[in-house]
This record gives sequence, C-alpha cells and structure tokens, in this order.
Amino acid sequence: MSERLSERLRSVLATDCGSTTTKAILIELVDGEYRQTWRGEAPTTVEAPFEDVTRGVLNAAQEIQELSGRKLLRDDGGGILTPEQDGSAGVDAYISTSSAGGGLQVVVGGVVRSMSAESAMRAALGAGAIVMDTFATNDKRQAHEQIERIRQLRPDMILLAGGVDGGTRKHVVSMAERIRAARPRTRLGGGYNLPIIFAGNDEVRDDIEALLAGVSALEIVDNVRPVMETENLDPARDKIHDLFMEHVMAQAPGYAKLMGWANAPIMPTPGAVGLIMQTIARRRGINVLGVDIGGATTDVFSVFDGHFNRTVSANLGMSYSVSNVLAEAGLPMILRWVPFALDEKGLRNRIGNKMIRPTTIPETLEELKVEQAIAREALRLAFLQHREFAVGLKGVQKQRTIADAFRQIGDDSLVQMMKLDLLVGSGGVLSHAPRRVQSMRMMIDAFAPEGITELAVDSIFMMPHLGVLSTVQEDAATQVFERDCMIYLGTCVAPRGEQRPGRKVLRVQLSLPDGATVDEELSDGELRLWPCGADTPATATLTPLQGRLDVGAGPGRAFEGKLRGGEVGIVIDTRGRPIVVPDDPTVRVPKLESWVRDLGEYPDGET
Amino acid sequence: MAAIFTPGLKVSEHTVLVKDRRLPIEGEVLVEVGQQVGADEIVARTELPGKIYPVNVANQLAIDPGRLGEAMIKAVGDSVAQGDVVARSPGLFGLFKSEATAPVSGTIESISTITGQVIYQAAPIPVEVDAYIRGRVIEVIEGEGCVIQAAATLIQGIFGLGGEVKAELAMAVEAPADVLDVSAITPELAGKIAVGGSYATLEGIQAAIKHGLAGIVTGGFDYDEIKELLGYEVGVAITGGEDLGLTLIVTEGFGKIQMAPATFALLSKKAGSRASINGATQIRAGVIRPEVVVTFDDEQMPADRIDPGEPRGIAIGDEVRGIRAPWFGRLGEVTDLPVEPVVLGSGSPARVMEVRFEDGTVARIPRANVEVIEQ
Repeated sequence: MSERLSERLRSVLATDCGSTTTKAILIELVDGEYRQTWRGEAPTTVEAPFEDVTRGVLNAAQEIQELSGRKLLRDDGGGILTPEQDGSAGVDAYISTSSAGGGLQVVVGGVVRSMSAESAMRAALGAGAIVMDTFATNDKRQAHEQIERIRQLRPDMILLAGGVDGGTRKHVVSMAERIRAARPRTRLGGGYNLPIIFAGNDEVRDDIEALLAGVSALEIVDNVRPVMETENLDPARDKIHDLFMEHVMAQAPGYAKLMGWANAPIMPTPGAVGLIMQTIARRRGINVLGVDIGGATTDVFSVFDGHFNRTVSANLGMSYSVSNVLAEAGLPMILRWVPFALDEKGLRNRIGNKMIRPTTIPETLEELKVEQAIAREALRLAFLQHREFAVGLKGVQKQRTIADAFRQIGDDSLVQMMKLDLLVGSGGVLSHAPRRVQSMRMMIDAFAPEGITELAVDSIFMMPHLGVLSTVQEDAATQVFERDCMIYLGTCVAPRGEQRPGRKVLRVQLSLPDGATVDEELSDGELRLWPCGADTPATATLTPLQGRLDVGAGPGRAFEGKLRGGEVGIVIDTRGRPIVVPDDPTVRVPKLESWVRDLGEYPDGET
Repeated sequence: MAAIFTPGLKVSEHTVLVKDRRLPIEGEVLVEVGQQVGADEIVARTELPGKIYPVNVANQLAIDPGRLGEAMIKAVGDSVAQGDVVARSPGLFGLFKSEATAPVSGTIESISTITGQVIYQAAPIPVEVDAYIRGRVIEVIEGEGCVIQAAATLIQGIFGLGGEVKAELAMAVEAPADVLDVSAITPELAGKIAVGGSYATLEGIQAAIKHGLAGIVTGGFDYDEIKELLGYEVGVAITGGEDLGLTLIVTEGFGKIQMAPATFALLSKKAGSRASINGATQIRAGVIRPEVVVTFDDEQMPADRIDPGEPRGIAIGDEVRGIRAPWFGRLGEVTDLPVEPVVLGSGSPARVMEVRFEDGTVARIPRANVEVIEQ
C-alpha cells in the first residue's frame, strides 16, 4: 500500500477467512481516533458447493452494509467499493487474512533437529504455518522412512535449512537428496511445482540448485542460522509469505479474485496475530503471552524480552480435536476441573460426540462446565508445548555455573511466568464465555501465571485483522487493539514458592477505586476476587507471610504498587505453583465448589 | 443477513448420487463418458513409484564419496536386479577390491558424489480404482479418473471406521432400539453388511470380525471401544484407512442411541440388496460422511448430469435430530424459528428453534444443536 494511502486512511474493511466462518470488521476514524464500529460474519465458501472464497467475503461485508447503512459492495458485484466516497460509502482500504482450507502447511528440514531444523521451524511457525513434519539427519528415522513420509505428506511448501554458512556440505546435500528422491507433490495439485525454500549454508547453494531446481520451484534465501549464535529468520519468513500469495493462495478457489480486491498482501491468520502481538509488546515495552484456542488447533504466541515465538498445537482444540485433548491429557486431568461427580463412560461419549458434531454449543450449565474443564487442559497442554519450544538457541557455547545444574526442567524456556506482564486469550471458549470471570479462571488454571499478571481477552477475535492492518497503519491497529479489541479482565496475583499447607501465605492490602479498602491474610489454597474496574487501578501492598514466597518483588519481599482492574477485577490465587488440586474426589469437588463460589463464576447457587 | 445453515445427514430413498473416482497420482482412465459401469469395474489404473532404498555405497566400498563415480558400474536410470554388482572399488594395487550390490530389484534413482549415497527405486506398485457404485460415467478427468452418476438410495452416517466395501445388506436386529450383540451375529451373516439398532457391543463387533462380516451399520457404539478395536484412540475424526477387518458405520453418535426409525426402515427395505458402504469420515473442511449406497436399476439412471443445487437453510416443518445434551439423539419437527437470540441455561445468548419431539415435548434448542434429516 502506498505511503499516501496509509496517511489518509479514514476507513478500512478487514476480513479474516477462517475454515468455517468469514469475519468482517469495519474500522472508521471517529473524532480523530480509529475505532472498530461494525462487524459481520458469514460461512466461509471455499468448499463445494460454492468453491469461491469471495462469496463468503461479500456476504460478511453485506451484513456490515445492512447494519451500518454504509455502502460497501460495488454495484457490478466486482468486490469491495474503494476508496471511501463522501463519508458514507466505500472504504479507503480492504485487507484480509486467511486460514481457510487448512491454512498454510509446511514441511521443514534441517541437519540437526535441535539446531538448524529448529530455526527453520521457528521461521515457518512465525510466518503463520502449520508445520506438518520436521526432518533432520538425527530425527531417529532411517533415510527411507523419511522419504516415504515426505511422499505421503502433501504440503504447500518445504523449507530446508542446514549448516551454518561455510559449514557442513555433506549433510545438507544428503537432506536435499532425500527430498528429491521423494518427489514431493503439492497439496492443491494444479500442475505447478512444489515450492521449496532453501535457507541453509550459503556455500552449498549450487549443489541444492542442481538437485532440486529441476523437480521443484526452488527459492534460495539467506541462511536462517548463518552462525551458531544467531538466527536470521526474516528472509525465510518473508519468502514463505510471498510464496503463500503466489502459489498457495493463487490455487485456492476464488483467492485470485480476492487478492485483486485487497490493498495489502493477504496474510496467513496466525502470522497476522503474531504481528499484532509483537507490535503491542514493542510499543508498550512488555512481555506478552497470547493464546488462540480454536476448534481444531491452539496457537500460542509469546514475546519475552523481544524474542517472538509461536507454536501451533495442531491437534488440540475444542471441537474437531476435542477427543485428542482427552487422549493427550487423560480423563482424570479433565475431571479434576469439573465441580461435580460425573459418569466417566458418559463423558467419553460426550466428548466423542462433540468431535463428530463440532459446531454444537453447550446448552446447559453442566455442559458448559465440562467444556470449560476440557478447555483448561487444551490450553495447559498447548502452553507446555510452547514453553518447551520457546527456548534460546541450542548449540551455542555457554558458561555454566553450579547453580545451573540445580535449575528445574523447563527453566531454559524464554517464557518465564514471573516476567509475564500481559496474558491475552482468544477463541470462542474464552471470548464468548457467558461470564468474563470464567475466561479469567480458565486462563489462570491453564497458564498458572506467577507474581503479578494482567489478563485480557480478544472481544470478537479481531487480532488477525489488526495484525494485517498494522502492516498498513500501525497507529490505527494499536488504537483499535487497545480500545475495541482488548477486554481487560483484571490482574492475577499469585505467589510463587513453597507453601506450607493450611498456613497463612499472603497479607493483602488494597485501596480500591470506589474508596473501599481491604486488609486480609489469605491462607494456602484460596482463590479470591475483588472487583475493580479498568479505568482506575487499585493501590496494593502484598506481603508474603512465608519466607521465600515471591509475589513479583523478589523472594520474601513485599510488593507495593498499582494493580489494573478490568471487567472481573483483582484475583488473588494462593493455590501454589504448580496449582494443587486434590486427587480425592470427595475433597476435590468441595474445593472446586468453594473456588467457583468465591469467584462468582456461575449464577447464584450454582457451582 | 447471511443464511443460517445447519448441515444435516442425508437419508434418502431416491436420490441422484455423483461420485468422483480418482487415482492418487496421474495414470490411465479406462472408461468413456456415457459408459455404464458396474460397482466392481476398474475405471482407472496407475503405478505408484516403488519404495526408495538409499544406501551409502561409498561407505560400503570404503572410498571417498568424490570417487564414487569411478567405482560405479551402473548409471542413473539403469535397471538392476537384487544382488547385482553396482559398484566396485579399485582396491590397492588391484587387490582388496570390494563390491556393492543392489539391495532390491528396480532402478538407480541417483548417485551422489557428495554424500556417497546411491538411491534405488524398487519396481512400481500397480494401483487400480473401481467404480464403487453401479452407474453411468458423466465425466472423464484426464489422467486422473472419472465422475460416475447413479440413481440410488443414500444413507449417510455420522462416523465410520474402515474403507469401501460392497456386499449384501442384512438385518441383524428387529427394531431400531435393539442392541446388536454377540447373539445377533449368526453364520449366515458372513460376507454381509449387518444392520443393528441402537447400539453395537464391543463383543458383537469382535464376533462380526471373527465371522467375516463385511460391515456393520449401527445407531451408536461407545467411544471407548475405538481404542479396543484399533489399539489406538481416534483424536480427530479423519478415518477410512483403518484395518479393522470390516467397515463400521454409526448413524447417530457415540453411546446407546436408537437409530432414527426412517433410517432403520429404509435399511430394512433394502435388506437383500447389494450395497456399497464406506466408513471414511472427515469432519473438518471438505466434509466426508460415511455412507450406505444402494443403486437402482440401469433404466432408472438419469442420462444427464443432475445439479444438486445449493443447500437450503432450516425451515418450519423440517425433521430434525437433537445432537447435543439434553436432547441428544431425540427426533422431532421444527415448529418455530424465532429471530431474536435467547439466553440459554448455560448463560450464553444464542439463536434457537422450537422443536416438537416425538413424545410431544416442545423445547427451544440452540440452532447449532440440531441437525436436519435431509431427504
């Protein structure tokens, strides 16, 4: 988009073409501020019988047109009316993201699994891809097994890395030979060669060209790991985006037309969400963790000390993949969050039926509680996978001290909960929970934030739209993000450290915006809520009552400062880290009931 | 406003069915447009590339990969038989020569003087695609397959295991609420597709496999039993490739749920006919439902391609099935479609419909929680 257009941007129509629904939002300049004003949605029309994504886009835009009275559709049916005319018709820009048709599916290869292959994986994930498989010379598979597997997969593209610049030649070429022998084919067919991006050792480019240029659409970019100590992911990421547009999108039904309508390149949905997360973290100078829990997959994003990571848990979700949550977590882990006794066989059938009828919604309170119990486990498992992936570069020589030997597993992760400032949740089960406190509780249980952490949810899943908007007009994207996208739930305070059961752990002194004050000593195992709006923060003094407990000011030290509220307020969680839930159902159910009651999660009298 | 559309399962005595029959990779199409084909008739064939065998020949010969070219007796593209000598090292002063032999019959795919690897490709594997249903070829997809159209009875299930099977339909129970257990599996059912009622027990399915039944169609069975049958859990509903010993189709869902009477009646009517069934299920994008197909005689086949048209939304009077608690598995008729959202017991607002169930109960149910029974 031209510089001039971004400067005079008065209105934008943005769509996200998801697998099932196409969501449209209208952003307008209102009294000098960008605001999201209207929204509309319609079923996505990539599949038969329509096979044209633009029909869903037009239907969603038409809904906004009807609601807002602003004419958005061209009379000739040729798409979105641009630019804006006399303030009541058209928009200055139309932009879109897409994850329809299964999103962007990439196969990744490298020499060493935990080094170049991992860097390549990070590049692909950061671009918004689903990584179908990761190959490396040390991935414990024989060469013929790898070749068979590459043959079976039908990705949108392959990203091959390997070797630092000037490093190994033999192993990189060996991986390329395997790819060549597999003769991989594209997912969408259409008679074009599979795009392969080579982002490895710059001295073997000729060898790679000789091997792969004839059997693929080969692209060569700078090495994702030019030296052991540094990653250089942007060139590979950018190339993935280019190829997504040129090859993948161009093959999908109706996308050629959609690309013609859009004023900025269409981005893969998770790539756009990652972009807005990074923008917010950079502009506010904070560490952010974001999650988008969908029907089939759960994406986790983190920006810690400027390091961005994204993971996709491809088989953890609330509908299509819900049985997989049961398989991976196990029934007892789900049951530990259900505040009533339940027939186990019945629960398994219920989860199976949600898998085969994924669009159903909980009608009763009991169904809702079960669904939210499953969501906690889906979120927890996706987060565990993210923490394991979001680590510093492996293969870099480091000086280790004796203290390192005593660090806990997982401490290598860049994602340190004590350092987390903002946790953002998105996806139906979080964004559309009947009470916001339910969303807050699900996120606290699943992510177990430590110290002082703000929590928020994406109101109507507009992060993808804002991500792509940030490439056009960053100010517009961040203004809408803060004012309309984010719904601040409040702050969670959770001491970290060993707690003695049944003893007082934390003295809580609060001055709330309504003038009320609090001075209480909380025991181990409590979950308490004090309502506090988002506009004026509460003043807090939080004093650990057991020696080494840390509320964010350091072990044993009191915290004094402001706590931001929100639609829920300030939650103090003294359940310990990891959160302790009793195994014995006769103890667990009353405990869960007391937490539910103290937070007011469900209507009066209901636990 | 965009139309609300709840996709349903088709239970239709007389419909026009169109089937794509495609090869996994390009090959030869054996039929022509207008041709009548039988269900077992081969319509396209191809050869899948043989298995790949990479062998580091330079290592075998203890030579530098750069010298592999000199040592090779065979070249890229050459055919080899298992045990043929493909490379020989020069040895030391003509002595201590070593040889490398082909591990498999096939062709040499590549020789690398960088890695020392020789890649062999075994002989190709023939693959054939049959018509699956009796019908008329209405389109040939060059190099890929064809499209077949037939007049047929079609019953879609909600979940299945196992792939395409063609066999005679036989009733194994008397009523849609009956349970298909071991006692229902008789020797006469061998090679046939047994129709059960509300529930198939694990023992009943295992007995059916043991007695060589081709398939089972049942209202429900327990989700737990998938693991017992397959040895693993199905976490995502993408099935069809399971090696179960028979094809299993569930028409209603997991648990004990009476088969919809219309479905049961139609299956009863078709008992004794040869059916084509497929358990393949894909709930995600590009939905595939398991199915039972019984085609009609040739003279009832439409000559021209029939366009199925676009799906329509739900209307008052439609037959529906509850697909979530507390109405799961209940059948009824739509009596009202209120426009305004209603706050559900869960606390969420949702658009609802009013349904009168078979026992006379009337309830307002989220539109997302019912499924139209499409005729």
